[in-house]
Amino acid sequence: MGFLDAVLGRRKPARPNLDALFALPTAALTLQAAMDFVPTGRASVAFRSPEGRAFADVESHVRALLDADGGPPVEIAEDAFGFDWVLIHTDPVDLGNAVIDAHAVNTSLVEGGFGPQLLCSLVSFRGPDDRPLALVYLYKAGTFYPFVPVVGSDQQRDNVLELQVRDLLDGELPMEKNLSRWFAVWDAPGL
Amino acid sequence: MARTRYGTDRGLTARMFGTLFGLGLMYVILAAALYALGFSAILILGISAALLFGQWWFSDTLSMKAMRAVEVTPEQAPQLHAVVDRLCAMADMPKPRVGIADNDAPNAFATGRSPDRSVVVVTTGLLRRLNRDELEGVLAHELSHVAHRDVTVMTVASFTAILAGFMVRSAMWGSMMRGRRDQSTVVIFLVVMVVSVVVYLISYLLINALSRYRELGADRGAALLTGQPTALASALTKITGDMASIPTQDIRQMEAVSAFAFAPAVAGKREFTLEQWFSTHPPLEKRLAQLAKIAGELGQR
Repeated sequence: MGFLDAVLGRRKPARPNLDALFALPTAALTLQAAMDFVPTGRASVAFRSPEGRAFADVESHVRALLDADGGPPVEIAEDAFGFDWVLIHTDPVDLGNAVIDAHAVNTSLVEGGFGPQLLCSLVSFRGPDDRPLALVYLYKAGTFYPFVPVVGSDQQRDNVLELQVRDLLDGELPMEKNLSRWFAVWDAPGL
Repeated sequence: MARTRYGTDRGLTARMFGTLFGLGLMYVILAAALYALGFSAILILGISAALLFGQWWFSDTLSMKAMRAVEVTPEQAPQLHAVVDRLCAMADMPKPRVGIADNDAPNAFATGRSPDRSVVVVTTGLLRRLNRDELEGVLAHELSHVAHRDVTVMTVASFTAILAGFMVRSAMWGSMMRGRRDQSTVVIFLVVMVVSVVVYLISYLLINALSRYRELGADRGAALLTGQPTALASALTKITGDMASIPTQDIRQMEAVSAFAFAPAVAGKREFTLEQWFSTHPPLEKRLAQLAKIAGELGQR
């Protein structure tokens, strides 16, 4: 932020970085080889849906785009904080397709002028004994972090496993260094 | 090419620039006056700068104490923290600390010397009155203040006013210490008094004008971050309108002190325009008008 912007009370909106998502498929292979976590084929994109007609147009464009490949209809679910999650289901083997779909959603939102409202993207995995794990991508920071809820607990995270995953993927994905930014996504659609 | 819905408000920028220019002019005039009057200008400047620096450096602790606010952990207030988390992730800014003040008046403030050392505080009255989207709007407004570094800007801006207050005091002190009762002492004393009062008055008006523009800037930032200008407008109506004076707390739970704050709903109309000049916040209608304009821009295809 420049000095003039500080003096005049302006701040340029943070621009989402969309391309880092494409590094996900290779990272998923590492995750599977080292820790036996396999992709579920589910991914989701979260954004704060703005009011107004213009956004409704973008949303229907997104639906049309994702439904065009003849797969199951795309779901859009609202969470407890008023954020919308676009759910993408693909073949678990081919994570690349899920990433391409997520990228299409992002691009549509950004082209519609709603880039500032993009929050995060999430790709889910299942480990041994059906343990859930998600890699969350923060658009504005351009970084990933792992999120591992403890099954059957009331909002507890397996921080040890999360740190292990971070260390494992550190060379392949830009991992978020500031741990206070690893915010929880309890009950996120697609988890 | 991606569209941006963040149009710059040129009018607001121009007005803010004008106000800042006026404040800068005041510094120059004051410095010249000090020099002409043969003051030990360095000393006065030093003391007032030190005071103001302390106020700015400890702004988070001082304001928290003044509002009797306590910092809350994510475990104590998970919902509040989750909303702040998400707003910070969308805006790509460091997360400030979060505090709650036990007060039935719906209010919120953000303070701290830098975005890394900031705190956002809401009152329990605010949490009781606002729904999820409105609370998000208010928090986004406070986070915009943090991102715009408004505490720092306003501290620097209020320098002239503090300096003028110091001049009055040191002029009195100086004339008493010298113990001379000749003609020139009285004249110098009077001139210093008049200069200080005028400087104080003008800088006070300019600082408040600047504060109002910063408020509009924060409203704008919040509306564009959440994409929900209407939710913020509704929150503002609840907080600043007459509705705010209707208590939500059961009268039996009210402590003796907060019963004092049980102010009657004053149905005062803002007819007196001078009142606006002395106000740190823009009138509600003006803020609502700006948000309505942003809502229109968001709806444009």
